[in-house]
Amino acid sequence: MENPELNGTASIPGGLTQGSAAPTPLLEVRGLTKSFFGIPVLEDAHLTLHRGQVHGLVGENGAGKSTLMKVLAGVYQPDAGTVLLDGREVRFSHPTKAHEAGLSSVFQEFNLLPDRTVAENIYLGREPRRGVLVNKSLMNGKTAELLQSLGITAIRPTAQVRSLTVAEQQVVEIAKAVSYDARIVSMDEPTAALAGAEVELLYQIVSRLRDRGTGILYVSHRLRELFDLCDVITVLKDGRVVSTGPASELDDARLVRLMVGRPIWAFFPDKLPRTDSDAEGTNAEGAVVSAKPILELQGAGNGQLDGISFSVQPGEIVGLAGLQGSGRTELLHAIFGAAPFNRGTMKVEGREVLPKTPREGVRARMALITEDRKAEGLSLNQSILNNALTVIRSVFPRRTGAVQTEIPGVFSSLEVVARDLDQEVQYLSGGNQQKVVLAKWLAIRPRLVLLDEPTRGIDVGAKVAVYRLMRTLAAEGKAILMASSELPEVIGMSDRILVMRDGRLAGELPAGTSEEAVLQLGTGARTAPGGGT
Amino acid sequence: MKQRGSFIERLSSTQIVYLVALLTLIVGAVLVGSIGRNFFSQGNISSILTGTSVLGFIAIGQTLVILAGSLDLSVPYVTSLASLVAAGVMANNPGNVLPGVVLTLGAAAVIGLANGLIVARLNVHGFIATLGMGLIISGFLATNFKGSFGQTPLSFRLIGATGLGPVPISTIIMLACAGLAMLLLHRTRMGHHLYAVGGDISVARTSGIRVDLPVITAHVICSLLAGMAGLLLASRLGVGSPTVGSQGGYDLLSIAAVVLGGTLLAGGKGTITGTLGGVLIFAMLDNIMSVMQINPFLKDVVRGVVIVVAVAVYARRRTVTRPERFSAKASAESPAAEPARAERP
Repeated sequence: MENPELNGTASIPGGLTQGSAAPTPLLEVRGLTKSFFGIPVLEDAHLTLHRGQVHGLVGENGAGKSTLMKVLAGVYQPDAGTVLLDGREVRFSHPTKAHEAGLSSVFQEFNLLPDRTVAENIYLGREPRRGVLVNKSLMNGKTAELLQSLGITAIRPTAQVRSLTVAEQQVVEIAKAVSYDARIVSMDEPTAALAGAEVELLYQIVSRLRDRGTGILYVSHRLRELFDLCDVITVLKDGRVVSTGPASELDDARLVRLMVGRPIWAFFPDKLPRTDSDAEGTNAEGAVVSAKPILELQGAGNGQLDGISFSVQPGEIVGLAGLQGSGRTELLHAIFGAAPFNRGTMKVEGREVLPKTPREGVRARMALITEDRKAEGLSLNQSILNNALTVIRSVFPRRTGAVQTEIPGVFSSLEVVARDLDQEVQYLSGGNQQKVVLAKWLAIRPRLVLLDEPTRGIDVGAKVAVYRLMRTLAAEGKAILMASSELPEVIGMSDRILVMRDGRLAGELPAGTSEEAVLQLGTGARTAPGGGT
Repeated sequence: MKQRGSFIERLSSTQIVYLVALLTLIVGAVLVGSIGRNFFSQGNISSILTGTSVLGFIAIGQTLVILAGSLDLSVPYVTSLASLVAAGVMANNPGNVLPGVVLTLGAAAVIGLANGLIVARLNVHGFIATLGMGLIISGFLATNFKGSFGQTPLSFRLIGATGLGPVPISTIIMLACAGLAMLLLHRTRMGHHLYAVGGDISVARTSGIRVDLPVITAHVICSLLAGMAGLLLASRLGVGSPTVGSQGGYDLLSIAAVVLGGTLLAGGKGTITGTLGGVLIFAMLDNIMSVMQINPFLKDVVRGVVIVVAVAVYARRRTVTRPERFSAKASAESPAAEPARAERP
């Protein structure tokens, strides 16, 4: 509704290429099958991509999207099936072969060297030479041209990748993919790490590529993006294609139903009645009347934050919105003591606490679920059980035994899918990994739960499980502060929404506000949101 | 405090190394002057520069290996072996200088190739692969050579003894090697790929780089340069010695010089220029402490402190990556007591 790019999609139709008398498709995948250790992850997958088309690929985690992309990129070899490029059969034994054929991929993980320059990264392995020496000026010149052709002028070819923002790094990654004279670019969740205006930048690049006639395969969990950008959407479920067709014939509800194969549900579970004993302070509606707040901040700040004042009541879910870099993560880290405040006051359940280390944060019964679970949340090559006991063991060692006996119950209530508790965490899906992180923190019986991007990169089913858990925790009288770049999630789950901008709180919005209102506050477009409820 | 921190943060690690070198120079000049000697006398400068060349050769090679994400602990033994091969083949015959040099470097290159292949093809970490190689060579040396061996002819010994003014020929050769190494790193594909492999091997691989090649090349060059150091020592001593390398402690000292020079031990980031700065600092420290006749134990203490402090400074710089948005008293300007301005309708 608020998206101008919707019109863009409509005016450059995928239908055009489809309508014309069946030209040879740019890419055709037939009967692609791939299993790992005898477990099929892709079965008889088919897909057709035409020039100048954006083809969305959706499905829950483990549906086979990433596998399909990696087969196309030459990272995996298919067990059966054919890939036709311009009607000719191809088989890529190595990623380089795919590049040479004009098929480039942007994977989920960042594939850049942070200590090298933009140009060195883009032309890595293909540095232009004069004689035996690398021709740096030509390399930088070509990089500048390439970025310009994508409409990017703010990135210098000689800048170190480390000095760029996450969004700019993503742009460099795409530029690298395009630089192989790619006729097909596949992108695996290119916006997973982006927020707000940065997503616009990506939209812009995608439409430029499409206008040039490049075929684009676009994997995303964000449904809105799929409808904004894609001409055709293919839905994968359990390794099979369950639907493929024009995006215009689909809507959110149908798409979700196809992905999960279950009837449409209330995406965000309803609030639960309070179950804890000291809920006397709440009225019949569950609204807090006079309970002592669990978290209270007064003029708190540090190098990245300033003038932060707000409170969170027991049983309340407070959403923390704002653009990338607005200070959401920094605020959670400051409260927890990972990057502490150096001024202002903070009270936890009425007691003044200013944790200087995460350990002090844990002692104050706070839990921080970080946004990067692989780097900060889990020891990937350790067992599920060891991961679940990490915090309790180190901070409250005497309670470890008691907690250990509860773990199996916690896992079954969280519906963790795993062989057994000794399985290494690295072999779990993203959603199950996130549940292990949650279990690890629930073990300390936190009063305040700080969640940073709690559903990033996990499938719909796991998302709903996380949402249900949040409702349960709130019903038990815990306070929840959730930072997220997914506005529907913030709006759907929060009792109140705090919007951050440039390290300060830009304002507060009530439950059920509009995405526009949050964005306006977050970007500072208008101080008083015109359409804000 | 804060001011100084941000000043250091603005400097590159190479600039810091040379700043520390300058500081060492000043402190050295004052200390040496205080006992009535001249730090800047031609003889002393020549002595410092001589001190840079052996470690310099080895540290340049070590830089390449570390940048590629590996490590070479076999260098001192390669150096000893090289000195023996050179002195043995030359056998005080001026006509044998060229074959001596060629054979020495050939032997060193073969060891480097073996190291490289073990690391790149068998996926043994450089630490272990070269530790094993070092043990093998040292065992060979200990059983076959009881003392010095062979002799180098006068013409060859002159290389280690002459200089242009206060600058020894050996230092000039070392600097020329450094120049070549820089050219390799910054202006050839091999150099770019070496950084890439050390930075993130899977990124390098998916970019179509044959990831074995830079690692093997770095190991071969490193051993060649350790061989050069052995040649230089044979030239200076006039004989080959089975312990000249290990006595110098060049394995750990070269790694220390590289790290002091700002190169990441994990690979992927660093410069030859920085390494040369690290070598210079060690050479000056050695010189100052020799002139001051400081107890050898204290020498190692000073070296140890310098290394640890330098790396601690770099580590600190790496963690502080984002500039501060608000100063400590920023809240004074903003209405701290006012709660988040509610925008409710």
